[in-house]
Amino acid sequence: MNQYWIAVIGTSAIAFALKYSGHSVPEKWLSHPRIQRVNALIPIALLSALVAVQTFTEKTQLMIDQRLLGLSVAIVALLLKAPFPLVVISAAASSALLYRFG
Amino acid sequence: MSKVNSATFRDSLSVSLTVGAYGVAFGAAAVANGFSVLQSCLLSLLTFSGASQFAVVGVLGAGGTALSGIATASLLGIRNGLYGVIMAPRLKVKGLKRIVAAQITIDESTGVALGQEVRSPEAMRQGFWLTGFGVFVFWNLFTVAGALGAQAMGDIRAWGLDSAVPAAFLGLVWPRLKTNSDRALAIGCAVFAVAMTPILPAGLPIIATAFIAIAVGLRR
Repeated sequence: MNQYWIAVIGTSAIAFALKYSGHSVPEKWLSHPRIQRVNALIPIALLSALVAVQTFTEKTQLMIDQRLLGLSVAIVALLLKAPFPLVVISAAASSALLYRFG
Repeated sequence: MSKVNSATFRDSLSVSLTVGAYGVAFGAAAVANGFSVLQSCLLSLLTFSGASQFAVVGVLGAGGTALSGIATASLLGIRNGLYGVIMAPRLKVKGLKRIVAAQITIDESTGVALGQEVRSPEAMRQGFWLTGFGVFVFWNLFTVAGALGAQAMGDIRAWGLDSAVPAAFLGLVWPRLKTNSDRALAIGCAVFAVAMTPILPAGLPIIATAFIAIAVGLRR
């Protein structure tokens, strides 16, 4: 079994276990403010890291290419409060244009 | 289920459609990062949690191992467990119904349900089930479309998919950046992950940022 299948099955099994265990534990166990705060910060850290790694690296190398333009356009779209699909499409379109004609 | 409140129905449907449509971005991202169409669809059916799904394909696409992909996705899935804690006493379901409720316990179903609570406890429960099932149906349909579309593209860079993926992650994190310290954490983690990429094994620079978040959260 390759890495991709292991990832699909492992991620799915743990995702369900987390959801189900939430429905099965007493509410007061997890109401501590520090736990709530850490839980709010973890997605910020991981998603920001993913944005950066997916934009500025290729395998284990640092790289600046058309993705920097795509990300910049996405930031502008978000600052202009564009809806999510428009953010993604404008990033893709600008990046594709630079890649094809740059 | 008794008569459905029309405002609750409208809220649930609009959230389901909008959020479900992001499934196109996920399906395309999964295929662009080396997952098969079948694997992409199984992730949407079985994992059914957008941020976790994007994370696992992002980590493996960056060359990370299955273990670091699973760990990153699971850290993002913890919040669904916390939603379960909030929803369980409100839904009061057991057995098979609890299993189904758990699977559809995500940001959107919990959010809409809590938003309906001002109307009535009944509207709250309807909002949860309608939004949960609605997002599930649309998210999976759009995943198939995105995965097949990306597969048909060939060189994904010529279509900008290599930029669509980080833009999608950015769209997911953006609404969470409410304070300056949130923004500082985001930028710090981004810089850290890129700087560590040539040094640490693939996937680790991403998951290591979770420890930065834990350290910051416990100190404040």
